[in-house]
Amino acid sequence: MVTPLNQKLVRDLWRIKSQAIAIGLVIALGVLMLVMMHGLVNTLEETRLAYYDRYRLADVFAPVNRAPTHTLKELAAIPGVAAVQGRVMGEALIDLPEVNVPLRARAISLPDTGSPTLNDIFLTDGRMMLAGHVDEIILLKGFAEARQLTPGDSLTVTMNGARRTFSIVGLAQSPEFFYSTAPGELAADDSRFAVIWVGESALAAAYDMEGAFNEALLSLEPGAGLAAVTNAADKILYKFGSLGAYGLENQLSNRFISEEIDGLKASAVGVPPLFLAVAAFLLYIVISRMVQSEREQIGLLKAFGYSSAEVSTHYLKLVLVIAIGGALAGIAMGIAAGRGMAELYQSYFKFPFIVFEVDPVTFYVGLLISIGTATAASLLVLRSIFLLTPAVAMRPPLPPDYRNALKLPERFQRILDQPSKMVLRRVFRQPGRMFAAVTGIACGMALSAGMISVMSGFDRALDVSFSVLDRSDANVVFTHSLTQKSIIELAQVPGVIAVEPYRSVPVIFRHGRHHYQGGIEGLVDNPRLYRALDTSLQPIPLMPNGIVLSKPIADILQAAPGDWITIDVREGRRPLLQVPVAAVANTLLGSPVYMQLSALNHYLKEPEQVSGAFLRLDTAQRDQVYRAIKNMPAVAGISLKLDSRISFEKMMDQGAGAMRYIMALIAGVITFGIVFNSARIAYAERERDLASLRVIGFTKGETAFVLLGELTLVTLIALPIGAALGYYLSLAISEGFSTDIYQIQPVYTSENYGIAGLAVIFASLVSGWLVKRDIDRIDLVSALKSKE
Amino acid sequence: MNGKLPNGDDIAAFRTRNLSKVYGEGAATVHALRGVSLEIPKGEIVVLLGPSGSGKSTLLNILGGLDHASSGEAYFQHQSLTEMTNAELTQYRRAHVGFVFQFYNLMPSLTAVENVELVREIADQPMRPEEALALVGLDKRLHHFPSQMSGGEQQRVAIARAIAKQPTVLFCDEPTGALDSTTGRAVLKVLQNVNETLGATILIVTHAAATAKMADRVIHFADGDIREVIVNTAKLSPEEIEW
Repeated sequence: MVTPLNQKLVRDLWRIKSQAIAIGLVIALGVLMLVMMHGLVNTLEETRLAYYDRYRLADVFAPVNRAPTHTLKELAAIPGVAAVQGRVMGEALIDLPEVNVPLRARAISLPDTGSPTLNDIFLTDGRMMLAGHVDEIILLKGFAEARQLTPGDSLTVTMNGARRTFSIVGLAQSPEFFYSTAPGELAADDSRFAVIWVGESALAAAYDMEGAFNEALLSLEPGAGLAAVTNAADKILYKFGSLGAYGLENQLSNRFISEEIDGLKASAVGVPPLFLAVAAFLLYIVISRMVQSEREQIGLLKAFGYSSAEVSTHYLKLVLVIAIGGALAGIAMGIAAGRGMAELYQSYFKFPFIVFEVDPVTFYVGLLISIGTATAASLLVLRSIFLLTPAVAMRPPLPPDYRNALKLPERFQRILDQPSKMVLRRVFRQPGRMFAAVTGIACGMALSAGMISVMSGFDRALDVSFSVLDRSDANVVFTHSLTQKSIIELAQVPGVIAVEPYRSVPVIFRHGRHHYQGGIEGLVDNPRLYRALDTSLQPIPLMPNGIVLSKPIADILQAAPGDWITIDVREGRRPLLQVPVAAVANTLLGSPVYMQLSALNHYLKEPEQVSGAFLRLDTAQRDQVYRAIKNMPAVAGISLKLDSRISFEKMMDQGAGAMRYIMALIAGVITFGIVFNSARIAYAERERDLASLRVIGFTKGETAFVLLGELTLVTLIALPIGAALGYYLSLAISEGFSTDIYQIQPVYTSENYGIAGLAVIFASLVSGWLVKRDIDRIDLVSALKSKE
Repeated sequence: MNGKLPNGDDIAAFRTRNLSKVYGEGAATVHALRGVSLEIPKGEIVVLLGPSGSGKSTLLNILGGLDHASSGEAYFQHQSLTEMTNAELTQYRRAHVGFVFQFYNLMPSLTAVENVELVREIADQPMRPEEALALVGLDKRLHHFPSQMSGGEQQRVAIARAIAKQPTVLFCDEPTGALDSTTGRAVLKVLQNVNETLGATILIVTHAAATAKMADRVIHFADGDIREVIVNTAKLSPEEIEW
């Protein structure tokens, strides 16, 4: 048996269905985000774990120049080490007939028979190499697909200066290469970097590594200390040229997926509350309006003998139906969206499998916080139901009290016409309400301004990096450091206009307890092709004495200008240097550490050495240049700036970077939702006043002024506040988007703020127009008949 | 529009011929007015009496330019109200009509004098707000907000607001409905005063039969039509009316 109150509930819901759906949708979006993001975090973490586990990914990577195989036994004896695998790795160049530039690749050895103890591969197509067949290789699936190579095709590879032709027998994926970049490149690009797996004896022969390895892989026993093991491994490998053992957490590909997961986690905490807060705000105004207009009914119900609790429960139920409905829809939508996103992530990270799984606790959390938020929003309103006595409720409400409203100065009073006074007095009569509306619209403005600043920050980072900072056309990397003579050779290649050498050296920076494994970029004294610039595009001065740290590295090392840091050089004679920090610079891209090339060579006691060069090319002769460079044995690779830029853009548009578009959309929706609801509620509250004005003889336009003037005023107050909030918000958002790989600095221009302001004004205009239609349609007779 | 009545007679403030108003469709159809024909001379106080739903408010709304008739004709002097567009009805209300409602309908954010000013700003030949408020006996409460005034005072501000534009006609829908008898009588006195000083035609819709005693003409409504029109030859002043 449906009670009359429940029947009223159903009818009330039907009556306010569009508002109820709108609010429910906002709640649903919040819960969707919560369920989807928590689900994705869970899924990515679980899938990564399972993937690592299944293919026995190592916990420690220990690169070394050349260590004899028997050293592996010593490594295995380190306390806490469960398994050890030695392998040969080398840089290689792939020559595809249809591509001008040589493509960079990493060659990795697999045991001649059986699977490796650690870092196994997932064979997707074809077969493994056969023992004794030295010309067989397995190719990374991502590259094969991008270049349309299949098992059976042959591949020309230059290894250690020697050119050989291999036959592709299989394609594979590996948990080591979710994200595969060539050394020295920032963004991954499947088509420009390959991994090839070669039989151990064949690869050892190619790189002079017979009876030796140049990378040891270690797995740890549960509970083993990472630092102790890496230290012990470094000690054992020291005399063979250890390049510094590091844990899985520092492995590039793993770090990339970890950052993605961290980004999702941060969004999962930050984004849903935003939606729920907006939903609470909307629920509050809708319910308070409803209770106000149903005073008489509430009085009547109480007069019949319904208790305050029963009547309050009735309104609470209405709120709960919306909240629970929204939450359930959000859960369903969240699962669906999560499944879709999981598939995207699967192809993005090249997981062999993925299972989208949400912890059921997330459902309860979503449901409970929706109910909690909605209840909190309505408690204030329910209090007024409790306080209402039947007799008072049945009388028309007293006119709102304006005794203490804004006191306008006498002179001002005389200038203003009555409708303007109405606007001003109403806006300032309830400062709390005005504050809420101003805050709401300002938040919308802040979101828009913040997002636009960050989005142009993305564009600026790209522009600056690829056209201001780097003015070269190509970057040539040598297989090992060479004398400056090689630069002269490069400069003589027809079509090369300018050559600018650089040297990059792998090192470990140490400062007190802190350390960071990276590299030093040695740049020429007055660089023209590749310049070290700070965020305000000023050249970073490179001193003859001392290094310049980028901000993220200075933070990791806790180092400031004037501090001395220890540099553990990881190539050549591997000296230990003490160098002062000359400056800390805000850089845009990567986390570089700069030094003057001559100073670097001086410290290393290796004069005139370079490890690569930036080239400026004659457009007409590009292909000849590429061909010439393709045939230089000392060249490990060449990357074209245009290609790098494209892959960088692609990377920023996928994964976390794509969130910026979603956030911009959300900003728009929230801004409109708040502005429209403010306008709608103001209209509902003043319907009778507006009808009275129309009856007295005010035209539609004159009447609309009274309402829209208020909306305009509130919007105008909100704009500068929102602009200020947007500044701080953009700092927070860009912090969130920035990674080790790129730093996003929000861009504040009058244009960006103008666009954000226009978006808010547009939302106000559309809201105003929608409400104006209601004003034009007011039923004068019935509006005047009602008591309220 | 603005068509002349065929048998042109300039004395009447309003005339209607076969005026009908139908709400809803099908089974829910309500005939609020069933072909009402009447004539209201200028400068009279006319009281419309009748039970709820008899059509008196509907007639008032159509003559006041708030609602459209379904069929028939209604004229204000020479102008055909039934042929006017919404914008023209707004101009008609603006230029000629004052309204007084049961629930006052004052702007809560404006003081007494500002509520009256509101009308002055859109009227052609308004009187000074102080003057209008003096006419209703409120010259001492000029700067009070509605929330600071009693129901009777608020109703008198509403009347001052209605007369400040020097309207040709004043429509009052249950003007004393929310007031006690003493205050109600004071409000009626103000209306009579307005009728005498400004010469405005006043139409009062009410349930209170006693009000009829101060009218020049009493029109009884039942079932959407006029049942009886009584011309009152022995008008009483509001003070003399027994409630």
